[in-house]
Amino acid sequence: MMSYVQSLGRSGMQILRDYGRAGLLLYRAIVHVPNVRKGFPLVVQQIYAEGVLSLLIIIVSSLFIGMVVALQGYHTLAKFGASQELGPLVALSVARELGPVVTALLFAGRAGSALTAEIGLMKATEQLSSMEMMAVDPIYRVISPRLWGGFISLPMLTLIFNAMAIYGAYLVGVKWLGIDAGSFWSNMQSSVDFHGDILNGIYKSIVFGIVVTWISVYQGYDAVPTSAGIANATTRSVVYSSLAVLGLDFVLTAMMIGGW
Amino acid sequence: MSNFVEITNLHFQHNNRAIFRGVDINIPLGKVTAVMGPSGTGKTTLLRLIGAQLYPTQGQVLVDGQNIHALNRHELYKLRKRMGLLFQSGGLFTHLNVFENVAFPLREHTKLSDAMIRSLVLMKLEMVGLRGAYHLMPSELSGGMSRRVALARAISLDPEFIMYDEPLSGQDPISMGVLIKLIRTLNDSLGLTTVVVSHDVQEILSIADYVYVIADGKIIGQGTPSSINLDNAGQLQQFLNGLPDGPVPFHYPAKSLQQDLIGGNL
Repeated sequence: MMSYVQSLGRSGMQILRDYGRAGLLLYRAIVHVPNVRKGFPLVVQQIYAEGVLSLLIIIVSSLFIGMVVALQGYHTLAKFGASQELGPLVALSVARELGPVVTALLFAGRAGSALTAEIGLMKATEQLSSMEMMAVDPIYRVISPRLWGGFISLPMLTLIFNAMAIYGAYLVGVKWLGIDAGSFWSNMQSSVDFHGDILNGIYKSIVFGIVVTWISVYQGYDAVPTSAGIANATTRSVVYSSLAVLGLDFVLTAMMIGGW
Repeated sequence: MSNFVEITNLHFQHNNRAIFRGVDINIPLGKVTAVMGPSGTGKTTLLRLIGAQLYPTQGQVLVDGQNIHALNRHELYKLRKRMGLLFQSGGLFTHLNVFENVAFPLREHTKLSDAMIRSLVLMKLEMVGLRGAYHLMPSELSGGMSRRVALARAISLDPEFIMYDEPLSGQDPISMGVLIKLIRTLNDSLGLTTVVVSHDVQEILSIADYVYVIADGKIIGQGTPSSINLDNAGQLQQFLNGLPDGPVPFHYPAKSLQQDLIGGNL
């Protein structure tokens, strides 16, 4: 019994220590006077690595998701004679939920895992240590640009996801199933509220961007510097990020529906 | 003779294991000091303690008269600009080529023009004999070349003090000869203070001015290369002469062979 309590306490302490270290890392990485001359190009590089290079998977996935939602939605709506409401159905589903959540999950798998592996490998090959010994703080030089790159990239990828998913729904609904294009777009326009639907989705993606990038970067920085350690850290990064996105999505949705 | 580094009563523990138990080491200014000892005795840990990447559990490390572990971040980074550490793996940035690796500290800490940085980098690469390899990526370099590039990077800011972590391990005889010559030549021509951590006894003794031998968390021998060979301490002679058995046993501590074979369970 005592050993059970002890191990529970040890695990609790370890979890708190991890949260503390992750919090300190985030604080040190984003709360400092930025060096625009050196920092800006590094952030742009990271927006390219994390955002631009994720475009392919985001565009392809969003097209298919939009097409599937349209196909499923059309057959359900048709039973109630409401197939003209396909536009609002797709737009609301995508802007409020699917866009931010699926983009964040794809981002965690594509860019987040790459961040963790890259930083973990830099640690294992003593690149971070040698940077420290050259009087260059790796938190400013390596961690901070990657965090900002993720914070900026994910909301932009979400907007692209939304647009492409709606286009996929348009292809299926209008071009294939024969819904009138005018009613598809005008119903969508009259049903979607900019603040309540679009902006709330963007707010979600901003939160997801911070959380996913933070988890990915921390897992890499805290990885055990061995091949098995980096593999475990990469797995943890994707699992924790995905769970955090899904959990936070519920909390944020509840807050938004409850009017904050 | 003044010392650039003075280590007093150093204790260090890691995962409840005592790595150092009261070690005193002085690194004299302008000399090559070797720290030797069997694998796993904490030689690399010692360098990380001198560079304040690790903090001692007891004792102090004075670098150029300053207690390095009591400095704030700004003061520590200022002091580190005067130090260089050559890591065992080289620690080269894999996404940058040789030129950019060597230019990295200059770009970070100076506002020199590109033309000036180019000249300085080529001069540093010339010193280590790799000017012609400026365009290669780290993945295209041999182990010895990687360390020479890392050495060029470590001296790019003209430090006063340089530490080498196992510079010779895994090197072929030619690379070893090149590195040995470089360590001594750079120390003398640039007026550096050098610490070399290694267990390649004969090679290091050939260039060192003073030697410390560490084992079991303590110093088991020290002196000039000629005097240390005359020290009769058993553990020291076993290490220096590479004897398979002696005070450091060949067998890892275990139950008797008979008990293990008959007992069945491990």
